[in-house]
Amino acid sequence: MIEPLLNVENLWVRFPSRNADFDAVRGVSFTLGQERLGIVGESGSGKSLTGRALLRLIQSPGIVEADRMTLHGENILHASEARMRQLRGGQISMIMQDPKFSLNPVMSVGQQMSEALRAHKKVSKSQARIQTIKMLDEVAIRDPERVFDLFPHEVSGGMGQRIMIAMMLLPNPKILIADEPTSALDVSVQIQVLDIMDKLVRDRGMGLIFISHDLNLVAKFCDRIIIMYAGRIVETCKASELRQAKHPYTLGLLNSVPNLEHPRDRLDVLKRDPAWRDAPSVSACQ
Amino acid sequence: MTAISVQNMNVWFGTGALRADAVLDVSFDVNEGEIFGLVGESGSGKSTILRAMVGLVPTWSGTMQIAGETLGKKRSQAFFGNVQMVFQDPYASLHPRHTVDRVLSEVMRLHGIADVDERIVQLLDDVGLGAGFRFRYPHQLSGGQRQRVAIARALAPKPTILLLDEPTSALDVSVQAEILNLLADLQQSQGLTYIMVSHDLGVVGHLCKRIAVMKDGEFVEVLSVEAMRRLEASHAYTKHLLASSIQSVS
Repeated sequence: MIEPLLNVENLWVRFPSRNADFDAVRGVSFTLGQERLGIVGESGSGKSLTGRALLRLIQSPGIVEADRMTLHGENILHASEARMRQLRGGQISMIMQDPKFSLNPVMSVGQQMSEALRAHKKVSKSQARIQTIKMLDEVAIRDPERVFDLFPHEVSGGMGQRIMIAMMLLPNPKILIADEPTSALDVSVQIQVLDIMDKLVRDRGMGLIFISHDLNLVAKFCDRIIIMYAGRIVETCKASELRQAKHPYTLGLLNSVPNLEHPRDRLDVLKRDPAWRDAPSVSACQ
Repeated sequence: MTAISVQNMNVWFGTGALRADAVLDVSFDVNEGEIFGLVGESGSGKSTILRAMVGLVPTWSGTMQIAGETLGKKRSQAFFGNVQMVFQDPYASLHPRHTVDRVLSEVMRLHGIADVDERIVQLLDDVGLGAGFRFRYPHQLSGGQRQRVAIARALAPKPTILLLDEPTSALDVSVQAEILNLLADLQQSQGLTYIMVSHDLGVVGHLCKRIAVMKDGEFVEVLSVEAMRRLEASHAYTKHLLASSIQSVS
């Protein structure tokens, strides 16, 4: 068997507090190959923290523990900070939720994109500019030369998110973590941004971790789905087999979405069973 | 009975060369007890219509008749009691240093409602929170609970018309379902009139009977939810919107 891009076994994220430690992620195991993996759950289910733990972005007092966390066979749990700086952006990139808060407001779009590239690759400034403009063109931004000199407040939300995607893909990472990349966007723009991301990820043979609370969106867009509840994986399935999901939490999430084509008088509301919280985490290794 | 009648409404921001027209010549009527939906992408002017109706945007022209009152520059005290608004972001719309009790009682004091004490308990019951939440601060509540408080605040002066500005877009799908059910129940039990703004066609289609589609400040189409379900849109933009939202759910 080939070594997967990413291998995580028994990941815990813990925040100590005065009374008892709070476990935000509890014993999550999964692998990622060259595929699109969706992580779904409500707010507070630990899906974003799982993504952040992979980049080692969890700061003290938060504690990250795992039996194994490897990228291409390299241990990233105990890698030095200097090595992590090379890996972040270079090997694993993360697209954050809101472009308004993740772009630097006082640098032009082109400047910060070239900076991201030059931090990881040895290229001249003029070369970086050419590559940046080419990348902006790839994310379907019209007139990339003009956008290169714009500042983040001068671009729309959908364009900002496409710039984020372009910036993250520029150093050619192996893994992309997208943390609710479209929840700040309109439906019509949402599809467009997802299609662009999908195409680029597929063309480059990257691994994608797609974090979202929208189960239907993830089902459409990913190969495999992990469903998280209270820091544990409650179910994992192929995206095509989502309709045969068995866990009541998954079914609850599916039924709570209002659907234009199949109207109902009342939407189903999740009834949370305390047993879900205590059940052991399902492994999502392949 | 017509609860809301808006004729030839224009709203603009800035003057001279900087003038931007946010709403262009919009007309619609909403009957009493009806739920009317406004959909469109960001920047299409749907929230601006609501803001102009409640008086948060002074630069508008046209005629508006709401709850029997023709609106001018000044509005009567009764108007503000009659028409209330629920905002998009429950994290930003509650005062961080005021308890739920203070948020609700302030509104009722301003509108001169007696028996504030009993009514707060009643309101919290109505929105499914219970009296136990009365002395909490917003940071002690979850997103869904905050939105319930925001709805209770809007209901406090006993309004007949609620303007809902994307009430669920900051919430998870599972919490969104709870809030949508709550809004449907309240509408049934109190006979309220809603105007609901959203960019999610699924949400609007769930609650509303009639839906206006907006683009660049204009109504491109007003159609019934049944027509929308049968995908009988005549305008190209509505078709595009329907296609992208069907694509995202199925």
